[in-house]
Amino acid sequence: MAIFLNAKSVVIVQGMTGSEGTKHTRRMLASGTKVVGGVTPGKGGQVVDIDGHQLPVFNTVAEAMSATGANTSVVFVPPKFAKAAVIDAVDAAMPLVVVITEGIPVHDSASFYAYSVSKGTTRIIGPNCPGLISPGQSNVGIIPADITGPGPIGLVSKSGTLTYQMMYELRDIGFSTAVGIGGDPVIGTTHIDCLRAFQDDPETTAIVMIGEIGGDAEERAAAFIAEYVTKPVVGYVAGFTAPEGKTMGHAGAIVSGSSGTAQGKKDALEAAGVKVGQTPSETAQLLRDILGR
Amino acid sequence: MDLFEYQARDLFEKHGVPVLAAAIATTPDEAEAAATKIGGKVVVKAQVKVGGRGKAGGVKLAVDAADAREKASAILGMDIKGHEVRTVMIAAAAPIESEYYLAILLDRSNRTFLVMASVSGGMDIEEVARTAPEKLAKIPVSAVDGISATKAKEIIAAANFPADVADQVVDVLLKLWEVFQSEDATLVEVNPLVKTNDGKVIALDGKITLDDNAEFRQPDHAALVDHAATNALEAAAKEKDLNYVKLDGEVGIIGNGAGLVMSTLDVVAYAGKQHGGVRPANFLDIGGGASAQIMADGLSIILGDTDVKSVFVNVFGGITSCDAVATGIVQALELLGAKATKPIVVRLDGNNVVEGRAILAKAAHPLIEQVDTMDGAANRAAELAAK
Repeated sequence: MAIFLNAKSVVIVQGMTGSEGTKHTRRMLASGTKVVGGVTPGKGGQVVDIDGHQLPVFNTVAEAMSATGANTSVVFVPPKFAKAAVIDAVDAAMPLVVVITEGIPVHDSASFYAYSVSKGTTRIIGPNCPGLISPGQSNVGIIPADITGPGPIGLVSKSGTLTYQMMYELRDIGFSTAVGIGGDPVIGTTHIDCLRAFQDDPETTAIVMIGEIGGDAEERAAAFIAEYVTKPVVGYVAGFTAPEGKTMGHAGAIVSGSSGTAQGKKDALEAAGVKVGQTPSETAQLLRDILGR
Repeated sequence: MDLFEYQARDLFEKHGVPVLAAAIATTPDEAEAAATKIGGKVVVKAQVKVGGRGKAGGVKLAVDAADAREKASAILGMDIKGHEVRTVMIAAAAPIESEYYLAILLDRSNRTFLVMASVSGGMDIEEVARTAPEKLAKIPVSAVDGISATKAKEIIAAANFPADVADQVVDVLLKLWEVFQSEDATLVEVNPLVKTNDGKVIALDGKITLDDNAEFRQPDHAALVDHAATNALEAAAKEKDLNYVKLDGEVGIIGNGAGLVMSTLDVVAYAGKQHGGVRPANFLDIGGGASAQIMADGLSIILGDTDVKSVFVNVFGGITSCDAVATGIVQALELLGAKATKPIVVRLDGNNVVEGRAILAKAAHPLIEQVDTMDGAANRAAELAAK
């Protein structure tokens, strides 16, 4: 099964003609993702050859959808144009929009998120995220496809490289879906959305949740787990040593006052029955203990 | 980026929010001159990016220009919660009748904007929120719709502002929204917003936080950066476009990806408990690329930190394979030559890890030591830093 993304996902790439877009379209195609075209305003009508795949370019997402039947879009456009790109996808009622772009002003992401909620037909993942992968089925974004294969673990993480690290640690068991939700202050899909989807996915039997300092998403997720999730969840939180008031790479990873600390998040998760590891390796071991593998 | 009070005041003025006459001073002479120009009683206010400066003695009323000089002389150079006072703001004094609170901010939890308004301003608003939440109106604002005149009236009515100031406060709120939106702010706060004896509503003190991601469309904001407070290593790193934060420990850290680097700091701090309490010396994320040049830039920043005793390079090969990273490390050490003097523990994992480790083994650089696991490498780096 997997969540959000599966073998039936048909993908277009917004910003495919840019250097990042082209590079990652090639990687997605190589990992078996059904990429069927791209969108670059003003370049509609062109055809791009990527490793023998003839991919049409469209001016708008709506045109791309009607011509290709795409149901997923991945956004690689620069921050300056990201808002317009996402609004275009929401206007076309694209079901899933994965925003990889890093450095989008929060006024823009708050705006396109609110717009997507008002339309009610689009799920946004990201921005500033690595995307998601359902191994063996589809891979949308920049997650390396060859770390591991399909399996029973669901993974949700704010961080890209910690996602890769955890997939690597548990590569012999495998994953239903790994979702990088992004480290920005406003993101389209939260830990809770993913936890709900994993709980409802019959092929996911255990969940790994990776959080980091800043905001209260992990605390909210803990409350949600206590109320809704019956599958085993293990957790990891990064940022115990981060000082107050300093941004640690992710625009959202900042501790202000007493809120958003790693300790507070760990305590909240443990109170909800989640086993929390002190390092990524220890967290992987906790999951192994639960699965008996 | 958090702004100083005087910078917030200037942005308020630019967008038509009513403020009092003011000027900044970095010496007692300048303070006296500013007070003379403003005339009458003035307030001398320490400019520090931390709360509680009033209680710390950083805000004083001066009866005239000579007094302003004296007060400024006492306040300049003060240490307020670890922040040295390098600038004071000299502002006209206003006879205050009432104090209110008004703020617009990004509400991360609900992924929207939020107005907070209260007629109980002046004091610590968190205290009001805790002890008398009914006195603090919290009204969500859609990032699509923003604050219209109608919406502003609704908000001010909901916060129970008295009728005699309501129209003025509505106007202030609309102008604050303009500040919030057009300056790409994530926080615009006025505390206190005051009514003076003659019935005028004025923003007496303010806080603004700007979104660094919006730099590309806010060219004026570069001038607001407080270079004096920026650590020299952080400034050098920023010039090289490196994501670096100086910390107070001994183990230099380089990694790829913000989450992995944050995690690396934690793992080193845990390991350090077994080695005399050594801690991470910095946060440095070299991103996905990790080319030789970026690695060299990163290493040279870290090796330039005299607190650093050992370095831990922690890379997970994702898009960039481990052999490319290993080649980068070897070339970086060649570029640095004799400038590289501290032991470097390298942990590589992920894509093409076998080839990557082989490249480092073959180079056999005397400073490089490979450890296969993140936890093991953190322990070794901490051990080397403790020696």
